[in-house]
Amino acid sequence: MINKTIAELSKELHAKKISSVELTQQFLDRIKKLDKNLNSFITLTEDHALADAKKADAQIAKGATTPLTGIPFAHKDIFCTQGIKTSCGSKMLDPYISPYDATVVTRLKDAGTVLLGKTNMDEFAMGSSNENSFYGPVKNPWDLERVPGGSSGGSAAAVAARLTPGATGTDTGGSIRQPAALCGVSGLKPTYGRVSRYGMIAFASSLDQGGPLAKSAEDLAILLNAMAGHDERDSTSVDMAVPDFTATLNDSIRGLRIGLPKEYFDEGLDKNVAIAIQNAIKEYEKLGATIHDIHLPSSALSIPAYYVLAPAECSSNLARFDGVRYGHRCKDPKDLEDLYKRSRSEGFGSEVTRRIMIGTYALSAGYYDAYYLKAQKIRGLIREDFINAFKKVDVIMGPTSPTPAFKLGEKVSDPISMYLSDIYTIAVNLAGLPGMSIPAGFANDLPVGLHLVGNFFEEVRLLNVAHHYQKVTDWHTRSPKGF
Amino acid sequence: MEWETVIGLEIHAQLLTKSKIFSGASTAFGAEPNTQACAVDLGFPGILPVLNKEVVHMAIKFGLGVGAEIAAKSVFARKNYFYPDLPKGYQISQYELPIVGKGHLDVQLEDGTMKRINITRAHLEEDAGKSLHEDFHGLSGIDLNRAGTPLLEIVSEPDMRSAKEAVAYLKSIHSLVRYLEICDGNMQEGSFRCDANVSVRRKGDSKYGTRTELKNINSFRYVEKAINYEIERQIALIESGGKVTQETRLFDPAKNETRPMRSKEEANDYRYFPDPDLLPVAVTEEMIKTIRDELPELPHQKRQRFMEQYGLSAYDADVLVSSRALAAYFETVVEESGASAKLATNWIMGDLSAALNKENLEITESPVTTAQLAKLLQRIEDDTISGKIAKTVFEALWNKEGDVDHIIEKHGLKQVTDSSAIEKLVEKIIADNPEQVTDYRSGKDKLFGYFVGQAMKASGGKINPQQLNELLKKKLSA
Amino acid sequence: MSLTAADVKKIAHLARLNMSDTDVEVYSKQLSSILEFVEQMNKADTTGIEPLAHSIEIAAPMRDDQVSETNQRAAFQAIAPQVEAGLYLVPKVIEGE
Repeated sequence: MINKTIAELSKELHAKKISSVELTQQFLDRIKKLDKNLNSFITLTEDHALADAKKADAQIAKGATTPLTGIPFAHKDIFCTQGIKTSCGSKMLDPYISPYDATVVTRLKDAGTVLLGKTNMDEFAMGSSNENSFYGPVKNPWDLERVPGGSSGGSAAAVAARLTPGATGTDTGGSIRQPAALCGVSGLKPTYGRVSRYGMIAFASSLDQGGPLAKSAEDLAILLNAMAGHDERDSTSVDMAVPDFTATLNDSIRGLRIGLPKEYFDEGLDKNVAIAIQNAIKEYEKLGATIHDIHLPSSALSIPAYYVLAPAECSSNLARFDGVRYGHRCKDPKDLEDLYKRSRSEGFGSEVTRRIMIGTYALSAGYYDAYYLKAQKIRGLIREDFINAFKKVDVIMGPTSPTPAFKLGEKVSDPISMYLSDIYTIAVNLAGLPGMSIPAGFANDLPVGLHLVGNFFEEVRLLNVAHHYQKVTDWHTRSPKGF
Repeated sequence: MEWETVIGLEIHAQLLTKSKIFSGASTAFGAEPNTQACAVDLGFPGILPVLNKEVVHMAIKFGLGVGAEIAAKSVFARKNYFYPDLPKGYQISQYELPIVGKGHLDVQLEDGTMKRINITRAHLEEDAGKSLHEDFHGLSGIDLNRAGTPLLEIVSEPDMRSAKEAVAYLKSIHSLVRYLEICDGNMQEGSFRCDANVSVRRKGDSKYGTRTELKNINSFRYVEKAINYEIERQIALIESGGKVTQETRLFDPAKNETRPMRSKEEANDYRYFPDPDLLPVAVTEEMIKTIRDELPELPHQKRQRFMEQYGLSAYDADVLVSSRALAAYFETVVEESGASAKLATNWIMGDLSAALNKENLEITESPVTTAQLAKLLQRIEDDTISGKIAKTVFEALWNKEGDVDHIIEKHGLKQVTDSSAIEKLVEKIIADNPEQVTDYRSGKDKLFGYFVGQAMKASGGKINPQQLNELLKKKLSA
Repeated sequence: MSLTAADVKKIAHLARLNMSDTDVEVYSKQLSSILEFVEQMNKADTTGIEPLAHSIEIAAPMRDDQVSETNQRAAFQAIAPQVEAGLYLVPKVIEGE
């Protein structure tokens, strides 16, 4: 059962071959047994889960269901869940019980999912290895000495280890796609504005986007159907029709034009990752796609621009954590300044502190033009690059990450080398485009992710293209030994 | 040494919306602490702002009222600083691209001349909460009900040259926002506030002196006092060889002085940047046209019309148009009574205003209705009562004793116009005062007033004064 | 751009973060190298390029002016560190500070 996709589990539940309570119990048991080694969950919501599952079974008995009714599920701990701890991986919010549900949480709850728990993550979604969590690092189920990627590392590891059939993630610079790649699962970052950010604790508001992680593209389509859509409580949520993402999964991709950016296959790329990606491209050629070389000349500057813009936004977004209304408050503050400084310094970890510092500096008087404004202009150039590329091709492909999962601790002391692990994903956030990572083989026995980038609001095409690959390959069905 | 004062004002007008600028929480004044602060106003993790349409409409109204350009695209920015009454650690405001651009307002000065004050810009922003300073075991309490209340900040050019000019401009803006029904103008509750930038320079200098910013001036009187104090302070400082420091100063009305405020953030580095949670605000030509078509007659237009249509002096017109309700009261009274505009003006600006002021009432709360005052004026003009008796009737109206004719009837206030009755009374007075009559006839003209007084006293003031005068003169000279 | 200890202290204060002398030393090195890294941006010629704040080109949606929120003070303050009489308590705020 645990190896089945959401689509398959839904059939089992609807055929009453298993109840949601039984299924939920199986996953809860697995989490309790196996997560000690992984640390992929921060909070397990066993009581909630069993209550949700009972309700789902009643719905199934009545016949009033959706494809997600009774499906066990997990939320990244960045999504606010009413009455349940929402920590964002930070000591700052360790005591925080959200008074309300995020829109994504409401929608998935309304669709009938069963909440198993909240997954571990890099603090405030800042990180690429999940080593920045207040709750300790998450391990990669393919090799417990390696990182699962980040910041949605808990979600990716939990799906890979079959602790949950699916989970939410958020992606500001690659935080869904990179861990999906490193853990050998499928992950989708929708177009900016497609999924509501309401109740998703902000890191960098103009870049953050929530999305699903699961085993297959088909599952992602089912999940996106529930998650996507306009939300009047999010001003940046786009008011446009949402297609049924599952309806076109099997449409032919004959004649599909695939663009390969020269810049994504340069010297920084691990040789074995390159081979896996080239094999995946060959698979697409067999499926009738044509391959085109393209250029994204400004993409080299995406990481520098990102590490100005995202910290600038985060320095402001995280100013609300001041020990006054919620969250961590230092003991016996002697005055107001002491309250602020100690509460914040005690509450935030070192990567968050670094980014707040960089962002504060980049916005400060005298430096704004040289850093923030310059970065916004480069953001404009990067977006132009993609707009031009999509005049010639339908999707852009490449590796999700330059290397497979690296060792825990390997990059902790070198922030820049850590930043470079998102080199292929970050430009997509700056441009606001949808992107995906799907399993595409192994390099040194570690999963490799194929990165797919689509034009604005063309998640339908990305899912369709990914689904065809998953019909002719079985990488996405592989599970790590011991899980 | 001759000094020139340079003043610019920053006015914060709280917009009269039902809900806050970025949330659906109520803006009503005076609620229990933190009961009108929703998750958005409190800056809870994950919440997002959504702009209130009415706020944009009100800003456009104001812009049109001061002949300003309305920006097709304006942008909300974050002003970052830490303060307990600022829940998110930043205030959402407009910085580089405000919704209202350059405009102007023609202001009537005390001597009746008009002066144009240029407006630099007006922008939308959210208000902060309040720190309560009573002691909670050495701690302060924070009430965030006001956080997120919409404000329009109206920034003038440094065009004013005296405290009086500043007050005249402030009053004109006050009147305008009330006309437009975008702000209730209540200075006590803080819904209309003003900061003044004040500097002095030697007459003839082209460069401005160093300015100070005066805060906490929440009445027209305080604005004048604070500015005048500050002008004197700056001049005295410079004349004694000192230099004005650029700083923010608080006005203390009790001591009638300004003193420096401790700076909010040493470097004042607010790190403004466009709010990534909000997209640019687009204002279309159609929106502007619809709002323009619905604009009421504005104070300066009404003032002009009152002078032309009713022949009022600039001063009278200015007083009457100061509030839309007062102007409407005036026009209704004139129309219903058919009386002269001058008579209506005198009564409204005289007895009625005095009575309202005494009881601290607004014109809209007047116990004397327009219909009642109109009837009273009619009764004066048709000689039923004298102007003096009318004051008695007015008092009765104020005390809700019924309508005008009923009061005149009940108290027997009708003016005596029957000449035979007046003649009888005059003859009686002449008969009763033989000495005075003799004195008068021998040349003591001043005694005429004595006879008028006696007659009025005897009649209870109800005799038509002209008739009395004529008859008295006739009989005394007989 | 190389940050001095004084720069780091100033930024930390603006961001209301405590910094020990050891922290200042570590952060001035790390932040300087990050700044040096991001200064690669200067390689790009951005003359005439409009800064891009959002990837989506739509205008701010606006809501109707209606009160839609109810009083939830009890729920909100249940998770507050220190409240009394419905107020959030903080160390003394000095007027005009």
